[in-house]
Amino acid sequence: MNDLLTFELEPWKVVEAEALRAFPNECCGFLFGQMTEHGRHFTEAMPVENAQTGDQRRRFAIDQRDYLRAERHALASGTTLLGIYHSHPRHPAVPSIHDLRVALPFFSYLIASTYPDRVERVRSWQLNEAGRFFEEPIQIPSHG
Amino acid sequence: MANLIIPTPLRKFTGGAATFSADTPTVGALLQALAEAHPGLQPHVYDADGALRHFIRVYVGDEDIEALDGVATALEHNTEVSIIPAIAGGTSDPS
Repeated sequence: MNDLLTFELEPWKVVEAEALRAFPNECCGFLFGQMTEHGRHFTEAMPVENAQTGDQRRRFAIDQRDYLRAERHALASGTTLLGIYHSHPRHPAVPSIHDLRVALPFFSYLIASTYPDRVERVRSWQLNEAGRFFEEPIQIPSHG
Repeated sequence: MANLIIPTPLRKFTGGAATFSADTPTVGALLQALAEAHPGLQPHVYDADGALRHFIRVYVGDEDIEALDGVATALEHNTEVSIIPAIAGGTSDPS
């Protein structure tokens, strides 16, 4: 049984809004929260600039200084840097070979499949011991 | 005493510890002390030739050690050192 990912409404809204704002380019950012008895609970999203040089419609990169800022923020706020989100404009929310190539263990990789007028689906993936992605179940927060 | 921030993906090798502190003269000595204290980290920090793996960067304060003296960069008291993994990706095909 895979761990369940739960979200406060705010970070979920940030991921969706950033994916739409960046379209047709890829957005990216960090996700913070806590490990829980049943999985992971996300409390905050931190958008960062896509530092990819060249075509940002199908690639993203995160600047090292932004990563430094994220780990410092987690330590200062008593949270844990649990994952990375990015968008796949006009593509499914499934990891690509490029995602796999540089993926790290432990992180939840949230991917938002995005079209001009909507975020079609958000899915999350984590690397297993064999170096393959498995999907993490998400409990989507109510939009109230 | 320098304080090293361990990135979350590597904390399973440090028993969950987020930081590591040691009184060492250089960045290289600090990383060696870390790897000796937590041997499971060794292959994730160093390659087979004993060099730092190419997809991680090490910062002293806000500076990449590549812009300083590399692993020979001297550490002062209360210096913050960070291991930073490369984060990137993207879709497979052109849009």
